[in-house]
Amino acid sequence: MQYIPNILFIIALAAGIGYFTFNIRKIIRNIKLGQKVDASDHKSQRWSNVFRIALGQSKMVVRPIPGLLHIFVYVGFVIINIEVLEIIIDGIFGTHRVLSTVLPTGLYNFLIASFEILAFLVLVGVILFWTRRNIQKLKRFWAREMKGWPKNDGNIILYFEMVLMILFLTMNAADQSLQSLGVAHYVEAGSFPISQFIVPFFDGLSEGTLMVIERSAWWLHILGILAFLNYLYFSKHLHILLAFPNVYFGRVVPQGKFKNLASVTAEVKMMMDPDADPFAAPDEDATEAPAKFGASDVMDLSTTQLLGAYTCTECGRCTSVCPANMTGKLLSPRKIMMDTRDRLEEVGRNIDKNGEFKPDDKQLLNDYILPEELWACTTCNACVEACPVSIEPMSIIMDMRQYLVMEQSAAPQELNTAMTNIENNGAPWPYNQQDRLNWMDEN
Amino acid sequence: MAEYAAQGKLPEVLFFVGCAGSFDDRAKKITKAFVKLLNKANIDFAVLGTEESCNGDPAKRAGNEFLFQMQAMTNIEVLNGYGIKKIVTTCPHCFNTIGNEYPELGGKYEVMHHTQFLKSLLKEGRLKVEGGKFKGKKITFHDPCYLGRANGEYEAPRNLLEKLEVELVEMKRNKSNGMCCGAGGAQMFKDAEPGDKEINVARTEQAQETSAEIIATGCPFCMVMMTDGVKAKNAEENLQVMDIAEMIASADDL
Ligand code: SF4
Ligand code: SF4
Repeated sequence: MQYIPNILFIIALAAGIGYFTFNIRKIIRNIKLGQKVDASDHKSQRWSNVFRIALGQSKMVVRPIPGLLHIFVYVGFVIINIEVLEIIIDGIFGTHRVLSTVLPTGLYNFLIASFEILAFLVLVGVILFWTRRNIQKLKRFWAREMKGWPKNDGNIILYFEMVLMILFLTMNAADQSLQSLGVAHYVEAGSFPISQFIVPFFDGLSEGTLMVIERSAWWLHILGILAFLNYLYFSKHLHILLAFPNVYFGRVVPQGKFKNLASVTAEVKMMMDPDADPFAAPDEDATEAPAKFGASDVMDLSTTQLLGAYTCTECGRCTSVCPANMTGKLLSPRKIMMDTRDRLEEVGRNIDKNGEFKPDDKQLLNDYILPEELWACTTCNACVEACPVSIEPMSIIMDMRQYLVMEQSAAPQELNTAMTNIENNGAPWPYNQQDRLNWMDEN
Repeated sequence: MAEYAAQGKLPEVLFFVGCAGSFDDRAKKITKAFVKLLNKANIDFAVLGTEESCNGDPAKRAGNEFLFQMQAMTNIEVLNGYGIKKIVTTCPHCFNTIGNEYPELGGKYEVMHHTQFLKSLLKEGRLKVEGGKFKGKKITFHDPCYLGRANGEYEAPRNLLEKLEVELVEMKRNKSNGMCCGAGGAQMFKDAEPGDKEINVARTEQAQETSAEIIATGCPFCMVMMTDGVKAKNAEENLQVMDIAEMIASADDL
């Protein structure tokens, strides 16, 4: 009988971690639907990016207020996980505050005290975040693409974190009361700079009631953490894990350097080579189906771009600096990332159901992202620069433009004119290449 | 350049003028100002002239990779044919494309934006810049996307402005957070999508907030967009748009 809590705990833990792993594997499978990228270059710079941008939050603090609040929540989240380790050991073995018996008292007290302070800071951060979203109504959280689920998602995460922190502090407060009553199981351990202020509320409660409060808070706290872990998969909050790989795979060359399509290079070389025999038998290895140029659906995008779609926190920093969006155009780089994820999830569900992807008469282009959005981009890189987790919304826009132009010849008319001019006159305007030097003699 | 080649010589640097610098009336003034500075500093330079062709940036950013690579390879063939090693350009788009996207296609050169080049001339003592008529004037600098964010160069143009002894007043959005003028990504050649404002007008308003007398920039496309923006705001009287090369040349009364 006495082992029932331990067994229940182990079952909850296994279920929580099991379901989470199941979903993470789905994410990995979906990301792998994209085109492979080689990221074996620039290893040291990639690691330094991870340390600076992901661990060091260097891009978050560009905006100091949310940056600082985010650091509270982030550091709190990471450090308080040491406490979760203790909770897990206690849960499995039925011990209580097991680390206090292993660690020197001073260190243990210091740790618990710092968890409490961090929990308090997380609480402050989260409450202010909530205020910014719901009372101050910062513009970037109220954009067109933030209606419905994205808006609720943002708030649910904040409620989750508030509740978890309150449970943690309540648990500690009840524990203190029990410690001071000298209840057998509750060893004297820890130092409680924050929860000591909750203790007076428990004055006069019986030992039994206190134990119920302590146990309930303990159980709800750990079950809440497991639930939160599994909520990630359905939420924009995945960034707490994916930010790290995403930054690793992020850009290591100047932002102005767009990739050159190798498939095009081969053809252009052929066309320009005067010795090439157009009637020659094609190479053996060139017989594979001609590559599709650009992207019309998620499978045409790269694994990095798809990873980015799962990593996006929907913070809207990209959209808030986008010159097209700021001047009322339909384009929003955040929406590009959200659409990519939504479509990828749809494709994933299709695979879950059919075992493999069955065409569903839908694609990313038109069904999610409209040409009007794509054509509004000035390729200014502001979105790329602003993203705190190194996502590149612009690269998806570029790939889709390539599809529109090279597969569908569907560029806006004026651009077709400019391109014809480049082709014929070597300049986007209808001037003769022979006149290129005229400026020299003009005054 | 053909003349240099005929004499079997190689210039110190090739000036890639670019389409705007060759054909756009306003941008041609930048070209001429820069050439004056090159001459003054006794730089041995050449241009491709009628052998130059669009670097391909607008085609690439419009999504036409074919046309881009055709343009790139045509230019690379010419440049490599002459054995060019070092290129300077007054256009951040040429600068970016030739410097970043040509190497993989076989065109490897040292490429500099004209503000970087001028800065290096100053450092080597081959050119002198003094404030002259710009001394103490309130001037704001509009960062071209393809010089700034795309290639991380924010300081060279500001250094030159400092040498001109101007009072540099930054817009709220500057350097890595600078706002685009609206021309990039081939937008220059088409109307904007429906919205509630033109990007160049929004950017001009930001410049007006600084109460600067001159918007300095380093890109012929930014030049066109900002000039139009100033016109749209009816502010030509007290707000000018100038390229840094023009400022240096006119400070010197060249
Ligand atoms: S690159 Fe395009 S999407 Fe990104 S901020 Fe600039 S205009 Fe907006
Ligand atoms: S792409 Fe980056 S900046 Fe934009 S919403 Fe997503 S996380 Fe935020």
